[in-house]
Amino acid sequence: MAPLSFDLQLLNGCAALLLLLSFSMLSQRRIVNLVNLLALQGALLCAATLLVAVRTGQGHLYLSAVLTLALKVVGLPLLLHRLIRRLNVYWDAEPVINASGTMLIGLLIVVFAFGLAQPISALASTATRSTLGIAIAVILLAFLTMITRRKAMSQVVAFLSMENGLFFGAMSATYGMPMVVELGVALDVLVAMLVLGVFFFQIREQFDSLDLHHLESLKETE
Amino acid sequence: MTPLRIVTQLLEIAAALIAAPAFLGWVNQCRAWLQNRRAPSVLQPYYGLRKLFGKDVILAENASALFRFAPYAVFGTMVAAAAIIPSMGTGLPLSTAADAIALVGLLATARVFVSLAAMDVGTAFGTLGARREMMVGFLAEPALLMVLFVAAMISHTTSLPLIAEGLTTRALALYPSLAFTAVAFTLVLLAENARIPVDNPATHLELTMIHEAMLLEYSGRHLAMMEWAAALKLFNYACIGFALFIPWGTGTEAGGPAALMLAAPLLALKLAVAGAGLAVVETLSAKLRVFRAPEFLATAFLLAVLGLLVYLLLGA
Repeated sequence: MAPLSFDLQLLNGCAALLLLLSFSMLSQRRIVNLVNLLALQGALLCAATLLVAVRTGQGHLYLSAVLTLALKVVGLPLLLHRLIRRLNVYWDAEPVINASGTMLIGLLIVVFAFGLAQPISALASTATRSTLGIAIAVILLAFLTMITRRKAMSQVVAFLSMENGLFFGAMSATYGMPMVVELGVALDVLVAMLVLGVFFFQIREQFDSLDLHHLESLKETE
Repeated sequence: MTPLRIVTQLLEIAAALIAAPAFLGWVNQCRAWLQNRRAPSVLQPYYGLRKLFGKDVILAENASALFRFAPYAVFGTMVAAAAIIPSMGTGLPLSTAADAIALVGLLATARVFVSLAAMDVGTAFGTLGARREMMVGFLAEPALLMVLFVAAMISHTTSLPLIAEGLTTRALALYPSLAFTAVAFTLVLLAENARIPVDNPATHLELTMIHEAMLLEYSGRHLAMMEWAAALKLFNYACIGFALFIPWGTGTEAGGPAALMLAAPLLALKLAVAGAGLAVVETLSAKLRVFRAPEFLATAFLLAVLGLLVYLLLGA
């Protein structure tokens, strides 16, 4: 097998690091660190987008790289850090499943995602198609992170990381979505974040905590 | 079998026997410097060995033959392991006898003997140490095997010298899978050699000790053999790491005697850097509670499996 060109090697490195970051998000229990990991994920995504942009010469990818940098590396993490300080939530409670168990489930998910991606990437014609499996794995791992967390804050961070995975998947399958869609998604994420910020305060007002299992009971009195 | 191969083989075993205590001494010296203590000499482990060889052996009353035999068995397996790890040259005649998987088996044999001997006398500390050693071992072994599998898949062989040779001669490329497994291997090395996040090598009587607890009943030349074997184990692990992740400079058979001459100082350089790195890692990290050790090793296993999966997906 001939060695890949250097920029593809770098892209594969970025993809592998994204996968590693997903796993560290899965095991991280401090919410501040979780947000930092999200920012790092955004930075890697930005680097990967730039690499693809340089390789394919598509102008709109540069724009989406800048958008990623502004929104996912700087904007949202700053917003989240402010929310953490205002709401005074620093730790998530014990996860639903213990750490090693979550990791093992995560590994199975990665195997599943790679199997799922194999036929799809066989059909794609982009040079970056082999990273599609990693994108799907990142999305599913973010799902798992959301499922295993109790606090609303970490679920939202996992939700944002899922959006990162979707973005990466679109890039590896088709060199990114059309610009209009991308702008729309970016705006959606920003608005969703603002709405969820308001939600946090409402939830805390009602239950004195951001623990979501309070929402599971229908009546106020047991 | 050419004379060069025999010379390489003998040189490797001799180098391992001689350099292992010095490597341990170097790690200890770096640790002392980093902790602002006055450092012992690099040669300190040799002084310790000479002292112990000069002393009489004191045996517990109910010690069986296994207890007396274990130090030689452990030392023997470590020397055998050193013989098949390509530390300086890849043309090793003995390496056809055992591949990387058999090497893991050799290391496991040593562990079984140490643990059985520790339980033989029947003291509480020995049994405690043996059980903990087995716990660490059974978690570290799959991770180590996964690390070796990734390297074996990249170079299409399980023979360690051929893996090292394959990795040296192929075109330079980024291997995310090897980067993952390198981290996993470092974690396994720390756990298996009783280094700090899992066990503290500098302590002698502490409730959380693992390796030292198993050697408490040993004395004299038996203890010397055990300590020499522990130094050899650390040296062997370091050399496995070099063979898998930084194999450049290892003398290939085609290189002839000149390559072998060049490999010796390079090995010394690699050992010096790795020893200093090990000391830094040990100084920066705090010792884990014993019950956190499984989590530590689960991380190693996870990284190794991720490396394997990433290799399967990306082919790099």
